[in-house]
Amino acid sequence: MLDVVLLSRLQFAVATLFHFLFVPLTLGLSLLTAIFETLYLKTGDEDYKRAAKFWGKLFLINFALGVVTGITLEFQFGTNWSKYSVYVGDIFGSLLAIEATLAFFLESTFIAIWHFGWDRISPKLHAICIWLVAIGSNISALWILLANGWMQHPVGYVLRNNRAELESFFAVVTNPFGWLEFFHTTAGAYVLAGFFVLGISAWHIIRKNELAFFKKSFNVAAIWSLVFSLFVVLNGDIHASHVAHTQPTKLAAMESVWETQSGAPFYLLVIPDEENERNAVEFLGIPKLLSFIAYHDPNAEVKGLKEWPKEERPPVEITFWSFRLMVALGMLFILISIWAFLRRKTPEKDRTLLRILPWAIPLPYLACELGWIVAEVGRQPWLVYGLMKTSAGVSPIAPVQVVISLLAFILVYALLGLVDFYLLFKFARKGPDPKEDKEAEAAEAAPATL
Amino acid sequence: MEQNIFQFIWFLLWGVLWVVYFMLDGFDFGVGMLLPFIAKNDTERRIMYNAVGPFWDGNEVWLITAGGATFAAFPTTYAVMFSSLYTPLLLILFALIVRGVAFEFRGKEESFLWKTVWDICLVVGSFVPSLLFGVAFANFFKGLPIDANGIMHGNTLTLLNPYGLIGGLLFVLMFVVHGAVWLCVKTNGDLQKRARKVAEVFWVLEVVLALVFLVASAFATNLWANYMKYKFLLIIPAIALVAYFAIPAFLIQGKNWYAWFSSCAAIVFTVAFGLAGLFPRLIPSSLNPEWSLTIYNSSSSPLTLKVMTVVALIFVPLVIAYQIWAYKLFSEKVRPAFLESEEAY
Repeated sequence: MLDVVLLSRLQFAVATLFHFLFVPLTLGLSLLTAIFETLYLKTGDEDYKRAAKFWGKLFLINFALGVVTGITLEFQFGTNWSKYSVYVGDIFGSLLAIEATLAFFLESTFIAIWHFGWDRISPKLHAICIWLVAIGSNISALWILLANGWMQHPVGYVLRNNRAELESFFAVVTNPFGWLEFFHTTAGAYVLAGFFVLGISAWHIIRKNELAFFKKSFNVAAIWSLVFSLFVVLNGDIHASHVAHTQPTKLAAMESVWETQSGAPFYLLVIPDEENERNAVEFLGIPKLLSFIAYHDPNAEVKGLKEWPKEERPPVEITFWSFRLMVALGMLFILISIWAFLRRKTPEKDRTLLRILPWAIPLPYLACELGWIVAEVGRQPWLVYGLMKTSAGVSPIAPVQVVISLLAFILVYALLGLVDFYLLFKFARKGPDPKEDKEAEAAEAAPATL
Repeated sequence: MEQNIFQFIWFLLWGVLWVVYFMLDGFDFGVGMLLPFIAKNDTERRIMYNAVGPFWDGNEVWLITAGGATFAAFPTTYAVMFSSLYTPLLLILFALIVRGVAFEFRGKEESFLWKTVWDICLVVGSFVPSLLFGVAFANFFKGLPIDANGIMHGNTLTLLNPYGLIGGLLFVLMFVVHGAVWLCVKTNGDLQKRARKVAEVFWVLEVVLALVFLVASAFATNLWANYMKYKFLLIIPAIALVAYFAIPAFLIQGKNWYAWFSSCAAIVFTVAFGLAGLFPRLIPSSLNPEWSLTIYNSSSSPLTLKVMTVVALIFVPLVIAYQIWAYKLFSEKVRPAFLESEEAY
């Protein structure tokens, strides 16, 4: 028998993971587009203007689905998690409201001005518009991650009137968990956008389409990707260590540690065996490394999952494999970024790199989704860590309602996702619009005057 | 729970967010619903898309903010409102999703089938929220069958009572007129003439239904109780009435912008009529008045309301300022030449 809790969790997972196919590119590509447009203003190089238009067009196709699927998430707390909403509205709700007021208006208003305003406002003001869009998107990430960070590590509250009431707004907005998530998520998003630009540029460079144009995009994206692929791993290390302190059950699941031990080793190869509460395989152990990674102390004690009763442990296999794969991908991104960085001036000479890069585009998407799975599945069985169980937060609704809406989400999202990626693919392959007529005419007229 | 001034402030802000949302996205919905009835060819359809192109996204954020403010200021109301109206809300959501992407996707392929699919998404995606928001709000005015624990005893069909349907139809008509007047503002030539004709015909229906709604409210709800108690509130329906009659008065003189502002006022004050009648309730219980959700028993803590008030006082005026700038920037009519540009939808 399907219950409302499981169905609502599935629905939330579908809605969130789908929404997050579009968010990271929005966060990163808005900034890259802003950088291209600023380079145009600084250098007067028409290619940078075309870059802002070309990448901006892909940004818009992606943005449309990001926006409309975002409303779903806000609605879901009320439709499917009404008890949660009552319990945390005081804090969580206010963060969402602030997000909308500070960020969504900025994003949505200025993206329209940017989109339709090329000939209406000065180039400088136009560039400011795309910066405001980028800032708006990233501010929205901050507030939503402060909200999520509060679910992961509640602070600044007092239990009163059968709910968590705000005691210190300052504590909530300075919650280190939220800020670490923010830096980790945005940096991951920037890597994704960087790989998106690198991959598409490489696809065109190998075909010698608009070579000069795409080499410029490649150069910027290569530097960008290296910076953020390093940052996301460094920040991820700090983040994981913070998780070890604040969410020991999640850390134990991420690493599949069953027995509590001091100076815990890190095994390169682990296969968890959840049923028998052990690891089927533990191979290539590096002594004390896990303690060091988790607590930055080689002799620290790492708590094993057996410390907690079964019903208080997160699903180990999903959390473990998602985390492992995400970390492996993060390392791979550094290698690819270094390679691209070294070839940033002459990418056309390295056909192997150019062949690999387009295939690398989906990898950061996968890493971003895995990151969310670690964060959310690893938090189970808690909805608000240590305060409220997931099963206690659900709405008093009939399962059949959720079955129907869940199927509708899967169907509608699958169709829209296909259309959106088809359009991204189509316009990415098409390349930038040809240089503007004025310039072409001037170029044609030039020899005649000689 | 104790009462405080911030609960009152947030009732006002909550109301403002919802009415501004209806006022703004209302014309987007209107234009969307009118697409098959006013446009005769693809060029005209594109003019209609572009007449709301730069605005719909920013308008929709008022809904997100209204939802967020309900969550933040009155969490219990948010929880009951959204879970009780599960099915209609999800229908609204899907409608808004397909409507939103229709703008971005339609112009990206040339095939007739492709465009027709997105046109249908726009029309359905505009009609469904118009109708269901009206049904939902009329049911809030009337009261939902919620028990002491905020659990609704009924289903979606419970909402489709006569008063709820009057509310739904009124919203559809208000938005159709609003959209038609907006097209008078944003277009010219034959398209504008047709839009004006539609505005005039539907205006008659709109006024009739608004009156039916006022009268029905006296029977199906106790909204009027507040008006009997605080006579000065009668200014709200009075302004609404004046605004309704100002719409054709300005249209006849060719003052389209003023006609549109009048339509804005008509929507704002019609919905405000219901909200002022609700005060201090947010969702009355039709089973027992004691179980109604009010601004006192469903609000956040005073500290949250205080923080939110500061945020709202700083940022909402700022938002209004830059949104007005955006409207001014794109206030001119949609010219066919603009459709040639790569930016056009």
